[in-house]
Amino acid sequence: MIAHAIVFYIFSLIAIVSAIMVTVSKNTVNSVFFLILDFISISCLFIMIGAEFLGMIMLIVYVGAVAVLFLFVVMMLNVAQQKNEWFNSSGRSSHIPVGLLVSIIIFFELIIVIGGWKYKPDLLDSIAIEINTDLTNTQSLGSVIYTDYIHLFQLSGMILLVAMIGAIILTFRQRSGVKRQSYFKQISRDRKDGIELVDVENNKGVKIDA
Amino acid sequence: MAELFIFFEQIYRILFLLIPVLVSVAMIVWLDRRVWAFVQKRRGPNVVGPFGLFQTLADALKYIFKEIIIPASSNKVIFILAPIVTMTLALIAWAVIPFSETFVLADINVGILYLFAVSSLGVYGIIMGGWASNSKYPFLGAIRSAAQMVSYEVSIGVIIINVLLCVGSLNLSDIVLAQKDLWFVIPLFPMFIIFFISALAETNRPPFDLPEAEAELVAGYQTEYSGMMYAMFWLGEYANILLMCAMGSILFLGGWLSPIDLFPFNVIPAPIWLILKILFLFILFALIKAIVPRYRYDQLMKLGWKIFLPFSLIYVVLTASFLMYFDLLPGN
Repeated sequence: MIAHAIVFYIFSLIAIVSAIMVTVSKNTVNSVFFLILDFISISCLFIMIGAEFLGMIMLIVYVGAVAVLFLFVVMMLNVAQQKNEWFNSSGRSSHIPVGLLVSIIIFFELIIVIGGWKYKPDLLDSIAIEINTDLTNTQSLGSVIYTDYIHLFQLSGMILLVAMIGAIILTFRQRSGVKRQSYFKQISRDRKDGIELVDVENNKGVKIDA
Repeated sequence: MAELFIFFEQIYRILFLLIPVLVSVAMIVWLDRRVWAFVQKRRGPNVVGPFGLFQTLADALKYIFKEIIIPASSNKVIFILAPIVTMTLALIAWAVIPFSETFVLADINVGILYLFAVSSLGVYGIIMGGWASNSKYPFLGAIRSAAQMVSYEVSIGVIIINVLLCVGSLNLSDIVLAQKDLWFVIPLFPMFIIFFISALAETNRPPFDLPEAEAELVAGYQTEYSGMMYAMFWLGEYANILLMCAMGSILFLGGWLSPIDLFPFNVIPAPIWLILKILFLFILFALIKAIVPRYRYDQLMKLGWKIFLPFSLIYVVLTASFLMYFDLLPGN
């Protein structure tokens, strides 16, 4: 049990410190690397409480895909100016009031959720589905998402699809003059289309592309 | 005292797995070069030791004694971390590979997800190395490989779903045991082919070695690396290739199971079968390196997103409906 507690505190310490470093570090690329460290330690915490499926999905989705895209965007920014402007800007930053507002709201939400969970245990009784402890959490998550709440799942899938198509349309632009390879055209070409034999008269030459 | 004993026993078990893996990585590099030379009618490494077997050790020795050069304008911490990340990720994945029914370091419930997660983290070693070098070619190589590995992971994920539909469990031992009567390579043969090609792209092997395309990018993300750090990238890369071969043989070729349950075959111990299957897939990898020319970047992206992804998604629907119609779904 002691070993469990030690490991828990190590992971949570790493998670908190790296979360702070995400906002504090001056280089934006370093911020993203700290974000990745944060994700990894949080997924370790998930695994420690027995939610191994969530932990692994956290690694695959957030660290393996989302953070790579973050890193991609951040690295594409001008390499010379890769400084976090929050601490460098001399005057008052306009982001601070908004950031404070958001963080205060999140803080109170957390207090309500955790306090309710801790001091009003009958809140847990209002859960509609019984938790079956015999199944592994992969199986029980699957039955909750794909059987009990299939309509909500499909609805959120449709919303994501709409968002994806919207993003594609926003960034799509048709450029003229781009040469594209068409495998079909390339393969269906034969000798007749490609080569023409011309008898060249002396001192006349041949006009190409006539 | 008892905890300490368990701790040392675990360390012993880990070393018992890791040291053979590292040695076989060295041997596999030799095999790769030999196969490559064989196809091109050359001799390949044949001087150091019998058949040149110790060539890789000699190379490693050379790398150890070379000076490690860290570019002055690089981000030093990340520059040093990058090969360590590559190497560590390539080695920790072996923890879940089952060599027989009992011989597995960690028999976890979500083994295949763990393998998938670790192989999707492998991209960080390359991005970190490419960015921290602070020079043009490594950066271009890193950007290319990030896009490439993320794209092909998607199709590998969908292929894994195909296999999982037939198994009904995420545990690697269960996946192997589900193939007792029929290896998945037979009903899911198109998926096996796509998995194999995606594994080539995922490990940056030719014909998809665009991150280190020497004609365009010098050596891609490894350009600025030298000495031991370069060797670590190199070891990590080959350990990853072996891992992908192991994943392929567990998902499709029946892992440690023998092909037929008859006398001369079933006395051969289970780990030998897994090793033989890994070797078979690796020789295919090496042959493809020798005979296929490198893809262009847009062709690579087109293959991943427009051909492999739709095809494997259609195959998921097909597999699911087949299992549903004939009432073969596992767990019923």
